[in-house]
Order: sequence, then structure tokens, then C-alpha cells
Amino acid sequence: MMVLSRLFKDRLACGVMKTLTVFSSLLVFLIILGLFLRSRPILAIKPLSDLLFSTSWHPMRGEFGFWPFITGTLWVTCTAVVIAVPLCLLTAIYLSEYAPAWIREWTAPLIDLLAGIPSVIYGIWGVLTIVPFVKNHLAPLFGCYSSGYSVLAGGSVLAVMIFPVIIHITVGIFQTLPHELREASWALGATHWQTVKHVVLRRAMPGIFAAIVLGFSRAFGETMAVLMVAGNVARVPGSVFDAAYPLPALIANNYGEMLSVPLYDSALLFASLILLAVVLVFNVISRLILIRIERRVR
Amino acid sequence: MQWRRFEERLFRVLMITASLIVLMFLGMIVMTILIRGVPAMNLAMITQTPKGGFYLGKEGGILNAIAGSLCLAGGATFLSFVISLPVVLYLNVYARKNAPFSAFARFSFDVLWGVPSIVYGAFGFTLMLFLGLRASLLGGIIAVSFLILPMMTRAMDEVVRMMPEELLTASYALGATRLETAFRVVIRQALPGILTAVLIAFGRGIGDAASVIFTAGFSDYIPTSLMQPAATLPLAIFFQMGTPFPEVQERAYASALILTVIILAICLISRLLTRRHRRHVIK
Amino acid sequence: MTFDSHIRVQDLNVFYGKQQALCGITVDIPDKKITAIIGPSGCGKTTLLKSFNRLLEPIDGVRISGKVVVDGENIYGTGVDVTRVRQKMGLLSQKPYPLPMSIYNNVAYGPRIHGIRKRKDLDEIVEHNLKIASLWGEVKSRLHAPASALSIGQQQRLCLARGLAVQPQIILGDEPTSALDPCSSRHIEERFRDLKNRYTIVIVTHILRQARRLADYVLFMYLGELIEHGPADQIFSDPREEMTREYIRGVIS
Repeated sequence: MMVLSRLFKDRLACGVMKTLTVFSSLLVFLIILGLFLRSRPILAIKPLSDLLFSTSWHPMRGEFGFWPFITGTLWVTCTAVVIAVPLCLLTAIYLSEYAPAWIREWTAPLIDLLAGIPSVIYGIWGVLTIVPFVKNHLAPLFGCYSSGYSVLAGGSVLAVMIFPVIIHITVGIFQTLPHELREASWALGATHWQTVKHVVLRRAMPGIFAAIVLGFSRAFGETMAVLMVAGNVARVPGSVFDAAYPLPALIANNYGEMLSVPLYDSALLFASLILLAVVLVFNVISRLILIRIERRVR
Repeated sequence: MQWRRFEERLFRVLMITASLIVLMFLGMIVMTILIRGVPAMNLAMITQTPKGGFYLGKEGGILNAIAGSLCLAGGATFLSFVISLPVVLYLNVYARKNAPFSAFARFSFDVLWGVPSIVYGAFGFTLMLFLGLRASLLGGIIAVSFLILPMMTRAMDEVVRMMPEELLTASYALGATRLETAFRVVIRQALPGILTAVLIAFGRGIGDAASVIFTAGFSDYIPTSLMQPAATLPLAIFFQMGTPFPEVQERAYASALILTVIILAICLISRLLTRRHRRHVIK
Repeated sequence: MTFDSHIRVQDLNVFYGKQQALCGITVDIPDKKITAIIGPSGCGKTTLLKSFNRLLEPIDGVRISGKVVVDGENIYGTGVDVTRVRQKMGLLSQKPYPLPMSIYNNVAYGPRIHGIRKRKDLDEIVEHNLKIASLWGEVKSRLHAPASALSIGQQQRLCLARGLAVQPQIILGDEPTSALDPCSSRHIEERFRDLKNRYTIVIVTHILRQARRLADYVLFMYLGELIEHGPADQIFSDPREEMTREYIRGVIS
């Protein structure tokens, strides 16, 4: 009897756990479904191309053109990636190929710390440090005027926020390369850097690409930090010194009025859906690449 | 020949500079918060809730937000844990080693990990409308638990996966069921990793604003029930920063300091825990 | 029988952290002969081999003391260009590691990084060395195919061609045939016999019969120490040390 009850508990637990696993792995679809259902009102009224490409944003008049926000998000995200990638690659190469073990051990937790700092803190730092810097030093250098709250400010703060992602994945990729490959190159008399350039980087290319795509996707969806430094002006940015209004910032800023203006909630939830769609596509591509690399190693 | 030497030296300098720049940013952020936050800090901030006119510069503190955040993050972490642990145990003990469903589930969690927190907030909001909830502590807990679920599951899974298979076989060979093995062997072996995963998820949950902006509301009072709106630290900081009054902005820096200290404490504790518990772990 | 020495090792000690891998090795490696380093697993054969082309240094926590003199110069001296030292030595590893490039580029990699750019020169070098490695016939029609498409025996010959392309004076082999099938192993051994007249060859091997077939000079190592060394026929027929005798007879595995 004792044995039966133990087996029964085991079976029951198995069933419960399996159900939980099935449901949580289907969460993505649940989210897409939920957002889609609530976006239906606005999709029924306005054609998709109008929503996506129109530049007029006047919710009171029922006009919901998302183009300024989409481009705003792209400007800020691309700026972030352009700033972050060279720094991250160089750092990752140094940590993985050159640095002695003790340096790696000490910097890893520090970089993880960067990942743990909340978005609002980055926002405050951006407002106190980056915004004045852009306004008082960078913009005049190029002969532009900027309030400081700009694409560049947003991009810079985002860049620091995605350092941990890109560095962590890139270092991981480098570590999967067999050591003997580097030895083979050194044995031929190549310098350390030549080995990195011709052998390590070449092999690691797909992984580096996946890391950059993941970094891009993180920056794309980031909310609070950009909200505080990007300027939030609903116009397509003309230069890095212009203000931008990224999609996440739009959604977060207007949650208060969402239910008072007709169709506003539907529009904002549709914006969330766009955001989700873009991020999902990038994430899936990147993860698939990383899985293929992992499989090759095993 | 000369170019090779030069190239090597040039890139070495560039690499070390880049690494230092990355670390410098970390230092800058922490310094900024310390420099601006410490002068603005006083005991009232952490022991009092906002009195009338707090947002215009009068007295009070952000105890509402501190308590609200701790309750919310705590609740969300607990809810996520209750789901994460069974899922991880299922994937590693019950499911077959390379079953396609396990691969799909892991892939799904990896993808979910990248979903922005504002989307979780928006989804939480949708769910709340569907369930007839108003902005409340419960709403916030649900949204944040969705946010931290993939992260916690992934982190726990990484640790449990590394367990040598022989441990499992040894347990089965002694006649234990999978359930017993899961709870008596797996959890004990992976305990430091599990705790770290929980702590990191808690840290993320407490610091996130975008997911609670729709769902938890805001309140000047410490929440006494799940149905009441709750203030959260990140939102408190955000609102205080957004006012035109310099005294209130100063308070925002102090609030930021409190949040940063909490996060740093969590990081430190999780590191210490990992180191201490390693003794019982079999390599 | 006296030999000219190409590599003179003087009191070489190598530590991995606290563990001592090589203890006071002093030996002369003869010029233009095949020297085999034999001994049970973990005795330090590979460490000694890698100390010749300074491939130990990238390992974390390694400490090296002593001298290794090649052509009159201590390769561990201050100011010595490590890449020049390594260029003098070609290394053939246990498992072939073709670089992630085409067959052509694998062989051309070495000359390219040392400054040879002209296409015609590289073509000649590639063809010449692939012929020496007796691989030319099999690959001449697909030089730009990825090297990973070759069989493992062909890959090892490719690595030999690659190593020879930088014009070394010394060839180092770290159990070069242990991952290969008997036919490919024979190929490699034949290559070594041909190359002996132009290069000093040092191979690490745990296959005693291979050492007997190829070696002119033998080093026997055990637990980081050099127990005995001498001409091959002397070591194999009448070793001085008891341990050497036991190893050759198969007692120490």
C-alpha cells in the first residue's frame, strides 16, 4: 500500500508539472492573443498601412499614425547598437583571449551588476550626466542646438544597458571554440591578434551576429530609461540631436489617458503588439543561431 | 613585419581601453547615485509615508513605495517560484533527455526572456480588464510574475542541467521515485543555484517600472490588501523626477539610492550564498 | 655515435600552478634526426614538446625556468620574438585542427601572416608543400573547398603541409598518428622518414613500435623527469635504467 501511494504521488506530480510546463511554454501565444484581441477595435477601423506609416498622431481627433514612434525607436536603438558593438566586441575579445583568469573572475560579476541595475536608475544617470553633456558639449561641437533630450542621449544610455547582454554571449561563444585551434595558429608564428582576427573571429561570426541581434532586441523594448532622456516629441527625428519618441515610451507615458479617449487603449495595445512582434522575430532568429552553434559544439 | 607588431600593440591598447570604458560606466552610474542621493537622504525617507503635499515639497517619506515594492516583488517572486520549480524539475527529471517538447519549452522560455517589460505590463493590463480587476497589488504581482518567470526558469534550468546524471541514476537505483529524487537529491544539489535564480528574479522584479505602470497603480499608503493599489519604488522615483520642484527631485535621488542599495545588497547576498553552499555540492 | 645538437635543453623546470610538470630536464636533441619522446601518460612528454615552441605560455598559471637553446639562442631569453621562434618549429597535433578556411588558405595562412602577398608566390608554396605532404594529387581539383570536408587522414596531411609552408627547421609531432587509421598513419610515418634529411624532427608517441620504426634518438620520461636518453638502438636493445627496461617490456603502462 505504501508503495502504491508513493507511485501515485509521483504520477500526480508528473501530471501537474507537465501541465504547468505546457502552459508556461505557451505563454508567448497567450500574450500575442491577448494583445491582438484588444487591438481589434482599432484594426477594424483603420487600415494597417495607415496605422504603421502615417505620421499624424492626434488621439483626440482619432488619428493614430505610428510612424514617428517606429522611426524614433529605430533611431535610438540603432544608435545604441552602433555605440555598443565596437566597445563590447573589444571587451569580449580582451576578456576571453587576452586577460588572465583573475581579471575575468573579477569583471564578470561587475558586468552582471550592470545588468541588474534598474531602468529608472539608468534614466536618472542619463538625465544627470548624458543629457547635459549632449546639450553643452556634443551638440555645439557639431554646430547643432539640442536640448540634450535626444536620440543620442537615449542611444547612449541604452548602449550601456545592453553591454552585459552582448559581452556575455560573445564571451560564451569564444569559449566554445577549441583551444587547439588557437594553438594551431600560434604554432605557425601568428601573433595573438592575427589569430584572433583570422581564426577566432571568423569562426565566431554567427554567434557574434546573434549577440548583436539580441542586444538590438533588448534596446528596442527598453522603456523607462529612454522615456526619461529621449525627449518624447512625436516627430520623425532628423538627426541624432533631435528628440525622439520611442514606442515603449509612448505606451508608458499615456497609460493614464488610455481609457478616457476612445480607441486610445486599443491603439496603445496595438503598439505593444508591434513591439512584441519585432522583438519576437529578432529573438527567435538570434536564439536559433545560438542553438545551431551549441549543437555543433556538442 | 613591422605592421604586425604595431597591429598587436594597437589592438591591445584599444581592447583594454574598451574594457575600462565599460567598467567606468558602471562606476559612473553608482557614483552619480551616491553623490546625488546621499546628501538628500534622511531617516524620514524610509520611515514615513507621504504626508499631504509630499509631491509639492512637504514632509513625508517613501515608506509606501518601499513596502509596496517589497510586497509586490515578494509576491511575484513567490508566484513565479511556484511555477518555475515544477517546470524545471519536470524538464530535468521527468521528461526524456532530448525530447522535442523539452527543447520547445526551453526555447520558448529563452524567447520570453527577451520580451520587453512594457509588453508584460500591457498584457497584464489586458488580463486585468478581462478578469475585472482594477489597478492593484494583485495586478502588479501577476504582471511582474509573468516578467520574471522566464528569467527564473532559465536560470534554475541552467543550474539543474549541469547536475551529473549519475546522481539521478544512483537515486533511482536505490528505489526512489522520480518525485522523491527531485525533492531530495536534485534540489539539494542545485540549492545554491536555485536560490541565486530566485534572488536575481527578485532583484529584477523590484526594479522594474514598465510592468507595474499599468497594473499596480500608485498609492500614498502602505497596501493592506491585495486589491488596493500599491506604490512601487521605481514609479516613486519616476514621479518625483518628473516634478518641477528641485526639493522633490532631490528626494528622487534619495529614493534612487535606496533602490540601488537594495539591488546591490541582493547581488552581494546571492554571491555569498553561492559560495557558502558550494560545500555540499558534489562536483 | 655522436650527433650534432639542434636543440639544447638546460635545466628546464615547468610548473602548472603548484604542480611541477617538468623537473630539471637537461638534454640535447640531435640535428636532422628523428627523436622520439616516450613514456607513460602524464609523464610530461607533451609539456616538454610544447616548451620547444613556447606554446606553454598562454596557459594560465604556468611558470617556466631554465634554458632552451636553439641555434645558439636561448628561446626563453628576454627580448626574443616569440613568433619567430614558433615559425622555426612546425607543430603537428594529435587531432588535426584545420583552420576554418579552404584547403588553399590553410596552407597559405602561414606565409600570408609572415608577409607573402603575391598570388603567384602563394600558389607555388601551396602546391609545393601539398606535394611534400603527398596530398596534392587528392586535392588539386578542389583547393578552394573547405578544409573540414577532408577525411581525418587527409586533414592531418594538410596540417603537415600547413606547418611546412612557413619553412620551419624543426618539426614537432604530438602523437601525430594516434587519431588516424593505420593506412593514414603509415602515410604520415613515410612523410617523416622523407623529411628527416632536411628537418630535425621530435615526436611524442606512446606507440613503442612507432618509436622503434622511426626514431634515431629516444628520450624516456617518467613523472616529469628524464630517466634516460640515447641512440634508439641502444635504448631499445640494452637500456641502462631499470624503469626504461620495464616500460619497454610493457610493465609500466
